[in-house]
Amino acid sequence: MPKFEYAPAPESRSIVSLRESYGLFINGEFGPSVDGRAFKTISPATEEVLAEVTEAGPADVDRAVTAARKAYEHTWSAMPGRERAKYLFRIARIVQERSRELAVLESLDNGKPIRESRDVDIPLVAAHFFYYAGWADKLEYAGYGPAPRPLGVAGQVIPWNFPLLMLAWKIAPALACGNTVVLKPAETTPLTALAFAEICQQADLPPGVVNIVTGAGETGRALVEHPGIDKVAFTGSTEVGKQIARACAPTRKKVTLELGGKAANVVFEDAPVDQAVEGIVNGIFFNQGHVCCAGSRLLVQESVYDEVLASLRRRLATLRLGDPLDKNTDVGAINSAAQLAKIRELSEVGEAEGAQRWSPPCELPVKGFWFPPTIFTGVSQAHRIAREEIFGPVLSVLTFRTPAEAVEKANNTPYGLSAGVWTEKGSLILWMASRLRAGVVWANTFNKFDPTSPFGGYKESGYGREGGRHGLEAYLDV
Amino acid sequence: MSAPTQAIPELRGFLHGLPGVDRVGAEARAATLASRSIKTTAKQWALDMAISMIDLTTLEGQDTPGKVRALCAKAKRPDPADPTAPMVAAVCVYPDLAHVAAVELKGSGVHVASVATAFPSGRTSLEVKLADVKYAVSAGADEVDMVIDRGAFLAGDYQLVFDEIAAVKDACGEAHLKVILETGELVTLDNVRRASWLAMLAGGDFIKTSTGKVAPAATLPVTLVMLEAVRDFRESHGRQVGVKPAGGIRTAKDAIRYLVLVNETAGEDWLDPDWFRLGASSLLNDLLMQRTKMMTGRYSGPDYFTLD
Repeated sequence: MPKFEYAPAPESRSIVSLRESYGLFINGEFGPSVDGRAFKTISPATEEVLAEVTEAGPADVDRAVTAARKAYEHTWSAMPGRERAKYLFRIARIVQERSRELAVLESLDNGKPIRESRDVDIPLVAAHFFYYAGWADKLEYAGYGPAPRPLGVAGQVIPWNFPLLMLAWKIAPALACGNTVVLKPAETTPLTALAFAEICQQADLPPGVVNIVTGAGETGRALVEHPGIDKVAFTGSTEVGKQIARACAPTRKKVTLELGGKAANVVFEDAPVDQAVEGIVNGIFFNQGHVCCAGSRLLVQESVYDEVLASLRRRLATLRLGDPLDKNTDVGAINSAAQLAKIRELSEVGEAEGAQRWSPPCELPVKGFWFPPTIFTGVSQAHRIAREEIFGPVLSVLTFRTPAEAVEKANNTPYGLSAGVWTEKGSLILWMASRLRAGVVWANTFNKFDPTSPFGGYKESGYGREGGRHGLEAYLDV
Repeated sequence: MSAPTQAIPELRGFLHGLPGVDRVGAEARAATLASRSIKTTAKQWALDMAISMIDLTTLEGQDTPGKVRALCAKAKRPDPADPTAPMVAAVCVYPDLAHVAAVELKGSGVHVASVATAFPSGRTSLEVKLADVKYAVSAGADEVDMVIDRGAFLAGDYQLVFDEIAAVKDACGEAHLKVILETGELVTLDNVRRASWLAMLAGGDFIKTSTGKVAPAATLPVTLVMLEAVRDFRESHGRQVGVKPAGGIRTAKDAIRYLVLVNETAGEDWLDPDWFRLGASSLLNDLLMQRTKMMTGRYSGPDYFTLD
């Protein structure tokens, strides 16, 4: 028994009032679907059913697109930027006011620790709306000509790993530029998007500017393939991203894709070791590794391998896994049974291919979907766990001898979303950053996000940038 | 043991070869740990542990035997209304008042700590510093809180700092030596790590952040780096060294944050008054107030706790 046993410190659920069932948010109102189909969303930590959610079919998607078109033509695109900004600022403030409720709801539906939803997700959501609110009346200074025009109706499909944050990344720039949107949240995490629909009502956003259609892959397909859509924005797996790219290729639709990753986190021998270990932990165990830019490949210089691995193992033993609503939890639940099965499968492949698997002593809850923080050592570039995105709390450790070898190994992947470099030598950081083929290169940090900074991939990690001034381009006719 | 007089040529190389500390990362880690939520039974345990780790301190020009006696009474029985409140670890005074504390605390189990070596600046000759130490020890101090020569450290004269610490350790005899780094004057976390190692290599039993006379005094990031240092030092040298943040720790909430830092950095072996101390004065009453609140469910005002 530990000397200093932290007593349970659960965040109260009472701030969230869940409805029994949720309709589709079309033209400013919640309503039923045409065919009345529904699905359930559960808490991945307990498998408790949280609510029933309406499944949008093609006819519902069509209604949503029609509503968005009408709002685009009659209201939103004609509205001066400074007026659009007021709505966005209002939304940002309501998000801040309701931040505790949104954080609890996100942790309930997604399984992520409340510490992360409270300190990372929700503050970033508000920050994105504030940031793009500021652009709405300044688009002529964005570098896309004197009066850049919006694209029209955006169809947006987002993943389950950062449900409300991905919504903000999509909706804030789209609205700032004068587009209207139909957004489909992931089927396992629809609740914060539906809470956001309430926020749109609360902010008096004109009907049809934001429409939320819930459902699974088929709903997403109906949205992406709808002929009334001018712009498709997708964040999710590379496999689905490729399907979308194929579907949109023969159309006039503009597409941005933010897909998978297999980021290298490169630790040099002169790295600040204690902070590098924190960065490794944050890189792969933040949000249970359900992060497209996760530092899932650790590249350690051989001369400090033993030292770094010993520190890393010691640090992993202090990670607190369990109830996502407990304020002291570091690692929450895996989002779904399907994702857990995928993580298990790839981990078994890792062992079968000869890598050594290690996890700290860690008791997993009986109910719900859980996977312990896991490190694979003795991994080579040829192993599947070094090449495929696991999207879970599983780190593959590889070694290198020289900076050139580090770059070669880091870039030797079909992905290119992010990378990390750990060294006290500034010149080496710059040398690495200019050679790494990744959209984001973090120096002596990892998984840091800011609305002012563009984010996006190289190669099979997608195209287009979200965030910053660059993020406006995806929603302007340029 | 005699002080090593011969130069250690590798000392500078060794200290500069220690892994760097990234300030942004260290501050972020300390801030994350500061957000831990310590409630109910954990808070009860932590409050008592924090009380038992206090070096109850008075280091003022206006200190008198009467003031020290009052502090000693408080140290032995912090809460007159509740005998279950633990004693503090030590009373910390200037050398000329150590004899008063020694008499008052005799047989109580509360240690007598005395600052020495021309505290707080340390700007005098080695002879005077050693005489100061011997005076404190002969007056009954079983713990000596020395200051390092920050000027020499910042000038890169690590050998001088090392030799002084070693000489003071020698002069301490049986008394425990706490080495004050005065991190507010060392400024960078790289310096904090180097000074920590230097103090441990030279024989210090404890490393201590601050005199309390320089701002900033103890901070969470500085203490984090020092806890990493004692953890790594035990691993490489097999000797456990204690840590004492001092100055600026005023609330129970602050104190609990330090305990979380200890727990998740150096580990629970350091969660013991023998290995972790809090140099403070006003902190004690806040801990006692929180303790009473935990036991009775009510806050009582500061008038119900003694001011000493």
